[in-house]
Parts: sequence; structure tokens; C-alpha cells
Amino acid sequence: MNAEVRAIKTPAEQALGAAFAKARGTLPGKGTIAAMRADAFNQFDTRGLPHRRVEEWKYTDLRALMRDLYPLAPSPDPSARERAKNAGKLLGGVECRRLVFVDGAFVPDMSDLTSEPGIAIDTMANALGKGDPLVAAHVGRAFATDDVAVALNTALMSDGAVIRISAGATLRRPINLVFATGSDKPTSAFVRSLVVVEKGAKVTIIESHESGDAQVNAALELVVGDEAQVDYIKITQARALHVGSLLATVGARAHFNSFAFTSDAQLVRNQSFIRFAGEGTKAGIGGVSLLRGKDHVDTTLLIEHAAGHCESREQFRAVLDGESHGVFQGKIVVKQHAQKTDAKMMTRALLLSDQAEADNKPELEIFADDVVCGHGATAGALDPGLKFYLMSRGIHEKEAEALLVQAFIGETIEEIAHEGIREALMIVSLRWLGGRS
Amino acid sequence: MSFLEVKNLHVEVEDKKILNGLTLSVEKGQVAAIMGPNGSGKSTLAYVLAGKDNYKVTEGEVLLNGKNILDMAPDERAAKGVFLAFQYPVEVPGVATMTFLRTALNAQRKTRGEAEFSTPEFMKLVRDTAAHLGISQEMLRRAVNVGFSGGEKKRNEILQMAVLQPTLAVLDETDSGLDIDALKIVAEGVNRLRSPERSMVVITHYQRLLNFIVPDVVHVMAKGKVVKSGGKDLALELEAKGYAQFADEAA
Repeated sequence: MNAEVRAIKTPAEQALGAAFAKARGTLPGKGTIAAMRADAFNQFDTRGLPHRRVEEWKYTDLRALMRDLYPLAPSPDPSARERAKNAGKLLGGVECRRLVFVDGAFVPDMSDLTSEPGIAIDTMANALGKGDPLVAAHVGRAFATDDVAVALNTALMSDGAVIRISAGATLRRPINLVFATGSDKPTSAFVRSLVVVEKGAKVTIIESHESGDAQVNAALELVVGDEAQVDYIKITQARALHVGSLLATVGARAHFNSFAFTSDAQLVRNQSFIRFAGEGTKAGIGGVSLLRGKDHVDTTLLIEHAAGHCESREQFRAVLDGESHGVFQGKIVVKQHAQKTDAKMMTRALLLSDQAEADNKPELEIFADDVVCGHGATAGALDPGLKFYLMSRGIHEKEAEALLVQAFIGETIEEIAHEGIREALMIVSLRWLGGRS
Repeated sequence: MSFLEVKNLHVEVEDKKILNGLTLSVEKGQVAAIMGPNGSGKSTLAYVLAGKDNYKVTEGEVLLNGKNILDMAPDERAAKGVFLAFQYPVEVPGVATMTFLRTALNAQRKTRGEAEFSTPEFMKLVRDTAAHLGISQEMLRRAVNVGFSGGEKKRNEILQMAVLQPTLAVLDETDSGLDIDALKIVAEGVNRLRSPERSMVVITHYQRLLNFIVPDVVHVMAKGKVVKSGGKDLALELEAKGYAQFADEAA
């Protein structure tokens, strides 16, 4: 058998082909958008689902893990909407503008569309359908990649949010894009959002995924203008399969923070492609994943310093219990002209069980000669000395472990600027820890 | 019966025999000093009393108030009143000292079936004790022992002891790494906790600490057992003659 020759498609690959053939006539967008979809589908069709021989997908063999494709989700009917009525509850205590998508489709009456100076909101389905110039200018351009999961998203994208924050605007309330499952049957959805933050604007964007038995491929393109200040938080809870892609380009002298929180996730791949395209930007990119049972969570980063004098800090932590499998792949690329780049990446995995597995793969690729870059990775169990110290003071074993895990992830969650979000994520973490005893 | 009775205790660490038939009694309210050369098993005794893993008891028993504690987990022993002041207190990043103290105290009280302390009551207890020990409010807000100097860490141990109010306090080389001023503060903290209801085992290599914490009895350990016991003057005698005399006796 020759591994390079792929004559046989897997059932999932065949189903994806059939789904595209069936849906392409009705998917929103004509002309260049339709051509872009066809190109993207061809990329997938040539290469198939990513598998372990594709270096970027080495630890998440999607071809093997994705046995089949669930049918594309129909528009949510009233009972599906009813089932999704608690969507966004995790951040219920945080005052934000909620835009709710059920089974991949926008639901206006569950969303806050009140007008506010400095923000324009549309749906991706609508914007693609009418040939919106903002979408035409940016979709597929925030970070060009040949990643197959992104190509599939481009081919099959149906809906999502299109948001523009005007130059200089400061939005008081975070915007929360909530993607929930309403269908009582297994379905799949391909959602694509675009957020353009113009020069000097300030905003917090939360992308929340709360999916049930659904396969979700979600991509968000983010354009951060010069001097803008953007905090992006992604929360992923997925009972079946979630493949998420952040495609971001960040301008000059901007402040960009990104944080990914993942828990209760059966099979998740969250990949971030971030380019620093202008000088003098500061960025903090981080995340916390909590895994148990047979959860598989893959966090993959590609950070490209394409302009000089930028500072980026990458700080990721994972807690693994049961037979879970955590993956961190982080690659920092410093282009030749990106002098004075200052980039530091650290990933730490805490293993709470002997059966859990953590794979860390940090990479640096540096073409400039005047930079400060570093990376580090650790994986280990809770320090028995620490545990004994706590227990010797009367703290029960599980509580001692919980306290230490809380401290481990708390140091990273602390980096989130918004207090309400920070607290909400700590509460989710504590509940997760409470589920251990 | 004595409050603490260690009977013929044999302990191995990684197949190496450290305690070799140690027998020791500590009365209720008594302060017992344990002295001995390096490697005599003093710290092993401290860890075995507190219940650290990897210390294999092959023979003997440890009775606290008549009950064998060797099968109890460290947290159960703590709830029964055992407290170990560590020779090298551990840094616990991310856990604030206040949170740590409250969690520990309430966990012990819960195990004993007592009501949890109210927050104001607890804050007052900690503040008053901390003030005596020269521990600032700022230190209480910091993560446990993180960024503390050696002296601050030892004072923090005594603070914990004062808050947890153990019935058996084991102080493992509490004087190590302390200058004379820090030693005095720590010793005063310990002396304030002397009570007819509280027994203390003060482990030290040097007699100096015992000038400040005056023991009721002194036991000398060598090669994993107690080889001599006496009054507080025994410590002075050791200071003058050294431990060499016991090397032969135990062999």
C-alpha cells in the first residue's frame, strides 16, 4: 500500500462531497463568492480530510476521527429554538450584546439588534447574498491559508455574523456571538463570521460555542485596525466535533488579546492564525483547556510576526484527567524584516491521571537577526510536595488538588481584562473541578 | 498514658532504613526537644508523624491520645490536631495565604463536625496573630510563601500553627536559616502557643533555639532511635561535647 496515493475516500469525505454538490446551488453568494467556494472545495477534494501525516494535524487525525458527516442542519424550527433557549447562559451575568445562532443560522428574536453608534451588524448569509463590499473585501483574506478545515468552511459557509466597528468607537458592552445546538438530531454546521475593527476602535468580542451532538466547523475572520484595542475570547463546549479557526490580521500599534477557554469538549480542534502586520503592536494570546474522560482538545497556533517592534506573549495551560488527550502546537514565525520582535511562548500541561496524554509542540521559525524569542513547554503531575503541604494543614485530597488546579489555571485566566468574563470562566472551572470528586 | 506515644518505630525510605526502633513519649502540654546529628532521622520522624507518602513504616505504632494515626491520611491527622511546621515551607503559587488559611481551618472544623468560622471572626483571628508575628496584610494577600524570605516563610508557619491551634505541634528545624532577630520573633510566636492543652516536639540541630524555646525535656536521637533523654541541661551538655559520644552508643 502506498500512503501517497489516495484512491479511496472515507465515508465522511464522500459525504462532504455529496453535501457540497447538493448545497452549492442554494448556498449564499454568487459570482466571486461562488468561485471561491468552488476553489476551496477543490482544495479539500484533492487533499481529503487532514490526517496524521499532515504535520499540522499530526496529533488530530481528522480523517480517522471523523467517521461520518452529520447532515447539514436545516433552519431551526420553533422547537429547535426552544431547545436552545439557554444559549449564552454561561455568560448570563455579563452584560453584553448577544447575537445568537442556532444550528448555524442567525435567530434575530433571540438576539440584541438595538442600534448603537459605532457598530454595524449583518448576518453572513445576508451579506454574502447581497454581495456586501465589506465581505467581498475581507472574506478569505484576513489570513490566507491552505488549511483544509478552513477550505471546507469556505466551501460550505452558510451563516454567521458580520460586524464592523467604526474608527475610534469604544463599545462599552462586549459582543457575544453565541452558537448553539437546537436540533434533536445530529447535524453539521459551517459558520463563518467577519469582524472588522477600524482604526483606534475598542471592543471585546466573545465567540461562544455550546454544541450538543453536532459537528461544527466555525471560522472567524478578524481584522484589527491600527491602534485598535481588541479582546477576543473564545469559549468552546462541544459534545461532538468542533473545528474552529481564527484568522486574524493585526495592524500597527494595536493591542490585541485572545483567550480560548475549552471544557466539556469531546473532540475539539481550535486553530488560530494570527499575523502582526504593523509595527508596535502588543499582543497576549492565551488559553485554558480542561479535559476529562476521552476528551480530545487540540490547540494549534500559527503566529506570524510580519512587522517589527511587536511584542507577543503566548501562554497556554491544559488540565487533563481520565483518558483525555491534549495537544498544543504553537509556531511563531518571525519574518526577515520583523526586527525587534519580542515573542515568548509557554505551554504547560497538568496531568491528573496516569492515562491522560499531553503532546506539546512549540516551534520557532526566525528569519530576522535582531529579535528576542523563546518558548517553553512542561507536562507533569501535581507536585506531591505541594499536595502534602496542603493536606498536612487539614485540606482533603480532592480539595487540595482542586485548589492547586484552580491556581494553575487562575494565573492564566487572570490575564483576561474583563472581570465578569474572568469570573464566569472561573465558575465554569470550579464546577468542572467539582465534578471530579 | 502519654499524649503522643511512639513505640518501636521502624521506617524505611526507598528501601533505606532510617528509623530503627524509635520509642518516644510526649506528655500533654509538654515541650520536648529532639536533638541529634545530621542523618539521625529527626526530619523523618517529623514527616512520619504528619503522614508524608513514601515513608514506609515496617514496624511499630504511633498513638495520639491513645489512637493509632499511622493509617490516617495527612488531612485526617491534621483534623486530629497534628501540625508540622516545615523545615522548608513550600511555595504555593496562585493560592492566596488568606484563602489557604481559611480553607484549611474550615476543612479541619468540618472534619471534626464543628461549625465553620464566620468571615469577620476569621479575619480578626488572622490579623491579630499576624500582627504579633510581624506579618503584614500585604503578605497575607500574596500567594502562600511566594516571594517570602526564609524568615518570612518560618513566621508564616507559626501563623498557620496559631490559626489552626493544633494539640500536637512538630517544629522541624524551625531555627534553620534564621538570623537572631528572626529567631526571636519565631520563638516568641511559639512560646505564646505554649499551653497545658498543647504538646510540642521541637526538632533542632543546635542548642541555640532552646535558649528561646525552653523545653521541658530533651531527647537525643542517633541512628534512628532515641539514645538519651534528660532535662533542658542536656542540650547545654551536647553543645559543649558534641554528638560524637552517641555515634558509638547507637552503633
